[in-house]
Amino acid sequence: MALTGIQIYKLLPQTNCKECSYPTCLAFAMKLAAKQAELSACPYVTEEAKKQLAESSAPPIRLVTLKSAGGEVKAGNETVLFRHEKTFYNKPGLFIKVKASEGAAAIQARVAEIDAFKVGYVGIDLSVDGFAVEADGGDFAAAVKAVRAGTKRPLILVGKDVAVLDAGLAALAGEAPMVHGADASNWEAMTDLAKKHAASLVITGDNLETIADLTEKVKARGLEDIAIDLKAAGMGAHLGLSTQVRRLALKNFRSLGHPLVAFASGSGGRDAVYAAHAIAKYAGFVVLDRFAPELLYPLLVLRQNIYTDPQKPIQVQPGIYEINHPKAESPVLVTTNFSITYFSVANEVEGSGLPAWLLVCDAEGMSVLTAWAAGKFDAERIAKSVKGSDIAGKVAKKRLVLPGHVAVLSGELEAELPDWEIRVGPREAVDLPAFMKQAL
Amino acid sequence: MPIDIPKDKWPGKIRTVTLGATAADGGSRATAVTVGGGMSLPYMHFENPTPNRPVVAIEIKDRKPEDWSQLLKKAWGDAMNDPASWAKAAEAAGADLVVLALSVNGADGKPNTAAAAVAAVKAVLAATGLPLVVLGPGQVDLDNELLVAVAEAAKGEKLALGICEDKNYRTIVATAMANGHLVTARAPMDVNLSKQLNILISDMGMPTDRILMDPTTGALGYGIEYGYSVMERLRLAALQGDSMTQFPMIVTPGFEAWKAKESKVGEGVPEAWGDWQERAVNWETLTSVALLESGADILVLRHPESVKRVRLAIDELMTA
Repeated sequence: MALTGIQIYKLLPQTNCKECSYPTCLAFAMKLAAKQAELSACPYVTEEAKKQLAESSAPPIRLVTLKSAGGEVKAGNETVLFRHEKTFYNKPGLFIKVKASEGAAAIQARVAEIDAFKVGYVGIDLSVDGFAVEADGGDFAAAVKAVRAGTKRPLILVGKDVAVLDAGLAALAGEAPMVHGADASNWEAMTDLAKKHAASLVITGDNLETIADLTEKVKARGLEDIAIDLKAAGMGAHLGLSTQVRRLALKNFRSLGHPLVAFASGSGGRDAVYAAHAIAKYAGFVVLDRFAPELLYPLLVLRQNIYTDPQKPIQVQPGIYEINHPKAESPVLVTTNFSITYFSVANEVEGSGLPAWLLVCDAEGMSVLTAWAAGKFDAERIAKSVKGSDIAGKVAKKRLVLPGHVAVLSGELEAELPDWEIRVGPREAVDLPAFMKQAL
Repeated sequence: MPIDIPKDKWPGKIRTVTLGATAADGGSRATAVTVGGGMSLPYMHFENPTPNRPVVAIEIKDRKPEDWSQLLKKAWGDAMNDPASWAKAAEAAGADLVVLALSVNGADGKPNTAAAAVAAVKAVLAATGLPLVVLGPGQVDLDNELLVAVAEAAKGEKLALGICEDKNYRTIVATAMANGHLVTARAPMDVNLSKQLNILISDMGMPTDRILMDPTTGALGYGIEYGYSVMERLRLAALQGDSMTQFPMIVTPGFEAWKAKESKVGEGVPEAWGDWQERAVNWETLTSVALLESGADILVLRHPESVKRVRLAIDELMTA
């Protein structure tokens, strides 16, 4: 666990020289503990103190990075149990598993197709992060080469036979792949194998004490990049174990301070449920048994949502958005640039099939009512948005629809925009389609 | 190496709430549904048992909702034409309880009437033995008119009536109190607003074991992260001993997910969205899984396949 202010104070010179710009060493220590100051601001700190502070500030969950010519997938470095406490940092990588027994030609074709999958969400292109290759018989080295021919993305190699995995890893020179998995029976050979190929290693087990013993042994043998695959009887048990690992890691129990790997498989929607669970609760790498766009898309969206920084609400760019190919006679709807507000409104209008211009005002990322209460969404600002855009030139019929929650602004807005007809729309986005059909 | 497993010990617990009255309790329900009672964060079985599993409700309407997705119309077919057959179909699809959402208008296009609402509720009560939640159309005057009549006509059935919001809760709470029903209290994704509404309702004298709270959640892709965190914070506040947050949570992933374009429509969408039906069911199911993980007690769903999968998720989460 990070040191407290008092613990840090004991490591400082305690001379109150003020050269760090804080009035006392204690004040500086408190700032350090709150991560609002850098130790380098103190010119007199000893090497010993630097070392101790560096150790205490090492992240409680080790950052494990998979690398290839196609990019990087990182997991770890998390600092909280709940996203509202700060944020979750490294989005879990989504991997699709292929089996060596499928045969090289089939593997290459399938992998290439999955590799090309790309789907847009709030202006971001989402795709799978990598592939897992399972050594389930057949020519493993050929299978890994086939995967590599179909994708450049990072790989996880899954198997029990060290010689077979070795042959597969040989095809990935210069990369940082991941090997799955070591247990009490094979950890020495697996550790040596991972070290030889600059790979990270997954330790599997159903018991935290055994896993913690193994991570210590693997580290003593010289490998630090470790991930953990928790085996549990069901999702509830898995949630329990995952939570225990995260809690212990955050208490600086280093033996379990490693990212988690979760495999999601099963028919009848079971794989989707497992994967969603893993994304919400602490997985760093999620491996799916199959590829289907209708499954990947919602999982990728869930991952974006859970890993959104709660302190920085997503804003959309203020400006004019065209929905359903608006024409000169289409109405202009006004809203704010808070992402949820924008997406609720845009979604409803889009769903209605009716064309409209959506004027998104800069309300500093607040919702309609919040922005209005804070003075960030008033007649002046709305008029400024109208005049700052080229919307007046695009419409023949100048009709502006205000959100119902700010009906009170309509009089002022009429004064600000005398050549516009100001209408008051519904309070909630969900009522927009009916309003547009009936009133516009 | 021996590990001291960190277990949370909380001073507070979630209240236990029962919906539906069987004959023994003066009602006509074949079963009652009990939720809440948790003493830990959701599914921390290694700390405390989870006394009541989350339940799945299916939302039906008093008349066929023309604006619902074609997929839902296909799934329910002719059963949607009248609330009694829809309720039976919902029971057969695995619902633990039924949510009857009353429409703004009757079939004739005129505003819904108390008599029609009572008839729909009675038909549903006769068609299924499951506990029932009845929601007004969401317009203050009409909600009050319909729900008061429903509450009186179904006296003693322990319905849950909703939706109480800060702008309209008094009439609904009063009639629920007078006729032995429960209420659902909805606040817009905010811990303090939820708490405030719960205080207002309990200050009216509503027994605290007859209140469900609806934190409003958002759908996957449309703000679920806000609802998710508000629910986690509400549950933490409850366990820390904040009495006015210790209510079971009812959430509406069906309503939320089926508003999303990803579920609602199959044409004119990107090819990368994949198969429509499967995507829609995933949208509703994954929204639900996220809400289960953050503490939902009652999930109100719309598609029968999602019901199956969410039940599967609940079975899984209950494994210790």
